[in-house]
Amino acid sequence: MSRHHARIGFIPLVDAAVLVAARELDFAAAEGVDLELCRESSWSNIRDKVAFGLFEGAHMLAPMPIAMRLGLGSVAHDAVAPFVLNVNGNAISVSRELAEAMGGTRPAPGPAATLQALAALAAGVRALHRRRGVPLTFGVPFPFSCHAYELRHCLAHAGLETGSEVEVVVVPPPLMVDALRAGKLDGFCVGEPWNSVAVDADLAEIVLPGARVWQFAPEKVLGLRQEWAESNQDTLFALLRALHKAAVWADRPENHVTLSEILAREAYLDLPAEVIERALNGRLTMSPDGRQGHFEDFLVLQRKAATFPWRSFALWIYAQMVRAGQVGHSPARLAAVRQVFRPDLYRAALGPAGVDLPGASEKVEGALTGETPVASRAGKLFLGPDGFFDGTVFDPNGLEDYLAAAGATGRGLLGSR
Amino acid sequence: MKIAVVDPQPERADVIEAGLREAGYRDIHRIAEMPGLLERLSELAPDVILIDLENPSRDVLEQMFEVSRLVSRPIAMFVDESDMSMIEAAVEAGVGAYVVDGMKKERIKAILATAITRFNTFSRLQSELQATKAALSERKVIDRAKGILMKAKGLSEEEAYALLRKTAMGQSRKLSEIAQSVVTAAEMLS
Repeated sequence: MSRHHARIGFIPLVDAAVLVAARELDFAAAEGVDLELCRESSWSNIRDKVAFGLFEGAHMLAPMPIAMRLGLGSVAHDAVAPFVLNVNGNAISVSRELAEAMGGTRPAPGPAATLQALAALAAGVRALHRRRGVPLTFGVPFPFSCHAYELRHCLAHAGLETGSEVEVVVVPPPLMVDALRAGKLDGFCVGEPWNSVAVDADLAEIVLPGARVWQFAPEKVLGLRQEWAESNQDTLFALLRALHKAAVWADRPENHVTLSEILAREAYLDLPAEVIERALNGRLTMSPDGRQGHFEDFLVLQRKAATFPWRSFALWIYAQMVRAGQVGHSPARLAAVRQVFRPDLYRAALGPAGVDLPGASEKVEGALTGETPVASRAGKLFLGPDGFFDGTVFDPNGLEDYLAAAGATGRGLLGSR
Repeated sequence: MKIAVVDPQPERADVIEAGLREAGYRDIHRIAEMPGLLERLSELAPDVILIDLENPSRDVLEQMFEVSRLVSRPIAMFVDESDMSMIEAAVEAGVGAYVVDGMKKERIKAILATAITRFNTFSRLQSELQATKAALSERKVIDRAKGILMKAKGLSEEEAYALLRKTAMGQSRKLSEIAQSVVTAAEMLS
């Protein structure tokens, strides 16, 4: 008998996996939650329907609840994120023409692989730019997305100038492949299954999984209205318990075949299960000639406390918004951002359920070079590695220093467009 | 008042445009092509943009807010919560609207009300059309099944129809489903 009802919006992507598993494997029902999943066609719809109470919550890009709170792109709404639905899962892909201009996309082994790939990307972009005389175009799914920040960080690091050499534009993921086919895009940063679909269509090669840019990047969160979260705590906590159990199940490799079959259904992704399974296993087909790549943390659904809403994630995202010129930094905005990711709700919901919780709620991002034990209630929690490819370290208490340093190197500005 | 209607479906764009013209708006521009959407819109500089909420290109419009210098900063339809009933009606009808900042609320409401009515008219027309099509194809299948039974078993038309009905009732299935089985079986056996 379900005591709770929740309408949750989602976009058909592999990383809706935990929500889908919570419903289809009855983890939600077991907690008394009638979980209604509503497929949506745009992130804007997701935002507006949550803001106006048509959905209780949604599968959101991690920057979305922050943008909502700051009133970026719409009227300000108090959104909160008490649960991370996945860490990593994006990739940067390029058209075959650009791949050729790069001299191939086969990565070098070892830690220098990302730097080498970006050097090749820069050379390829410049070669095509010389030939065409106009900027190359890269697609991202939404202005407020980690895809946009990761891609811009990479382009800036490669020394490419946004505006003159490259343009970053918003293209809805289901239209990315068509845009590539029509020659409107030279590359993109998008979540799965869209990189794999483009590779299978003979149109693209995967250059870099997001995990090679930042090894532990928040990607999607459960976004809710604060007012609903606070006045419906029983429902919220039951939902979070269900999502936790679903995440544990979905993260286990032995369940990936079942999970990919469920996600493949018409109501969810409506795509072949085999394509979906690649992201779950981290075994990607990198290029149309069938070259394989294996990336251990390509998509992380639960292990390494992946569902914990670290406040430092939100602060890192805010710093990228400032770098990208989407918002000006102010102490008031910083204080508002601190209200978005809600480790307190996560603890209150999952602590009594016996989930091992980290001792801290913020961490220095990018500091762990390997798997590291951390203080937790049961003492069995391992985090990391979580490094950025360029060795950046983000201290949430040193946000101003980070922004100043980013500005000083000239690589800090992500280009306003 | 310049209104842009972003819709790749020409039939629906017709219905919306006609409605807006009837309501007295003259400066209406239709955009059917999604590539180059932003360029078209910044050239046009409309006061109001109407878009189907199911159109994934809604996210492309969001890019306009990222940098306010691109076009004069429009605000999403969902201006405030004071008029929830209109917002709900719009969402139900599937209309999204973007409005240039500073426009009077009454003017926005008038346009939105027209758009909602027209979106609803269009979906009603669509479902009527589908229902008619389905009914026609069902009737065709039943006629064919009757013909097959009449020939195979030497029945009259009434008897053939009665047999189909009886079988459908006996199996608690739709008449058209039984008719389809008869047609399929006959095709396989012929």
